[in-house]
Amino acid sequence: MSLVTPDFGLIFWMLISFLIVLFILKKYAWKPILLSLKSREESIDSALKSAEKAREDMAKLKDDNEKILDEARKTRELMMKEAHELKDKIIVDAKKTAGLEADKLIEMAKNQIQNEKNNAVAEIRVKVVELSVQIAEKILQKNLDTDSKQKDYAESLLKNINLN
Amino acid sequence: MKTSILFLSFFLILAFNRNCLGQHETQHISSAETKEKFKPGDMILDHIGDAYEWHIVTLGHTHVSIPLPILVYSEKSGFHTFFSSQFHHGHQSFDGLKIAGEGSPYKGKIIEIIAGKETRPYDISITKNTLSLFISLAFIVWLFISISRAYQKRQGKAPKGIQSLLEPIILFIRDDIAKASIGEKKYEKYTPYLLSIFFFIFLNNLLGLVPIFPGGANLTGNIAITMVLAVFTFIITSVNANKNYWIHIINAPGVPWWLKLPLPLMPIVEIIGVFTKPFVLMIRLFANITAGHIIALGFFSLIFIFGEMSAGAGYGMSVLSVSFTVFMSLLELLVAFIQAYVFTLLSALYFGMATEEHH
Repeated sequence: MSLVTPDFGLIFWMLISFLIVLFILKKYAWKPILLSLKSREESIDSALKSAEKAREDMAKLKDDNEKILDEARKTRELMMKEAHELKDKIIVDAKKTAGLEADKLIEMAKNQIQNEKNNAVAEIRVKVVELSVQIAEKILQKNLDTDSKQKDYAESLLKNINLN
Repeated sequence: MKTSILFLSFFLILAFNRNCLGQHETQHISSAETKEKFKPGDMILDHIGDAYEWHIVTLGHTHVSIPLPILVYSEKSGFHTFFSSQFHHGHQSFDGLKIAGEGSPYKGKIIEIIAGKETRPYDISITKNTLSLFISLAFIVWLFISISRAYQKRQGKAPKGIQSLLEPIILFIRDDIAKASIGEKKYEKYTPYLLSIFFFIFLNNLLGLVPIFPGGANLTGNIAITMVLAVFTFIITSVNANKNYWIHIINAPGVPWWLKLPLPLMPIVEIIGVFTKPFVLMIRLFANITAGHIIALGFFSLIFIFGEMSAGAGYGMSVLSVSFTVFMSLLELLVAFIQAYVFTLLSALYFGMATEEHH
């Protein structure tokens, strides 16, 4: 059977030529092809990875921004609150001091009034005494003809003084 | 492309020149044979076998064929180098050599009669298959070197043209055959070989389906070619095999002791297995491709078998034959790919088995 008998000549040529071709292909075709395929894959891979990283960074940045904004908002609120409280406190304090001051002033005025009054009363007493003396002089000069009349009059005068 | 056109025109010119010289005798002898009955078996074997000339067409009684160089060394008469046209399509002997005819065990091969006996000289003639081998190898070298240039020129860019056509196949072989079977660590060493045999087998399977020059030679359906490929796989497997692989063969773990002693049954089976693996590779490719060719030729033979009965039956049969052959050719396109894939995949699996680490 020639069909299943390997032919010597063909084996010979196949061995030689295929080995040469294998060597040439390996060195000049497959090596550069496989190398550039690999480097391309790696570059695509790294590009994808860096894109992913950039995306993550962006998300992180956005997150950070939001956080900062949030914090700012909170700080603002806090400051507002503090300011409010301070204002209230100032008002309350002012009210309190004003009240105290007013009380003090009132007290002082009262004291002064009392003093003035006392002074006036004292003055009036002095005046009354003077007047009484003058009145007494006059009465004594004019109407003191009788003893009883003198007595009555003096008593009535005294009564008036006591009332004052 | 330019080179193959050059090749073609060169051989065609050669063919017509030589045939003009030998035309007369051919016609005489052929006319004597015209009444011979059509023998489908001979025709089929003729077509799937090798030849010393590349037959293109027969016009009337004139064979148009490309003569090929004969390179023969005989122990008796030394070296012979001449063109196969000297044999006049096997009808004449030249320089004491002739092509063996019917009934000879060397039918179709060059023989020399020494002491009344037919002997086969050392024959490294550039036959039809050898030329086809050279053409396909030259084409592969040209194709992949130009592709590799494209890769170097367009570093890091998307593939373009023929590069983008073949890149998926290259990636498929690298990732799904080499990487999957051999493993991430070692596949790089074997990928060039796997790529080379894949494209060699695939291209020649396809060329085998083309009926005329430069196709038509049944190269991957030739047992010498598949044998050399299988031997390469076998040598690479054996040379690169690690200790673990040989231990598995000689002393397979997990096998009961009485299968190894006193009769080393398992080791014998394993050692036979080492040789049957490449043997099966050789047979599978050869048989699949040859079978495809035989079926297609069988359908065409039917036309002539029926045509001998009556011309009408022949014409009728031709419709059926052609449609079946179209169907078969489509199937063969698939087979061409599958067989190249299977050969490559199994080679990769054997490399993977030989280099597998102990786990």
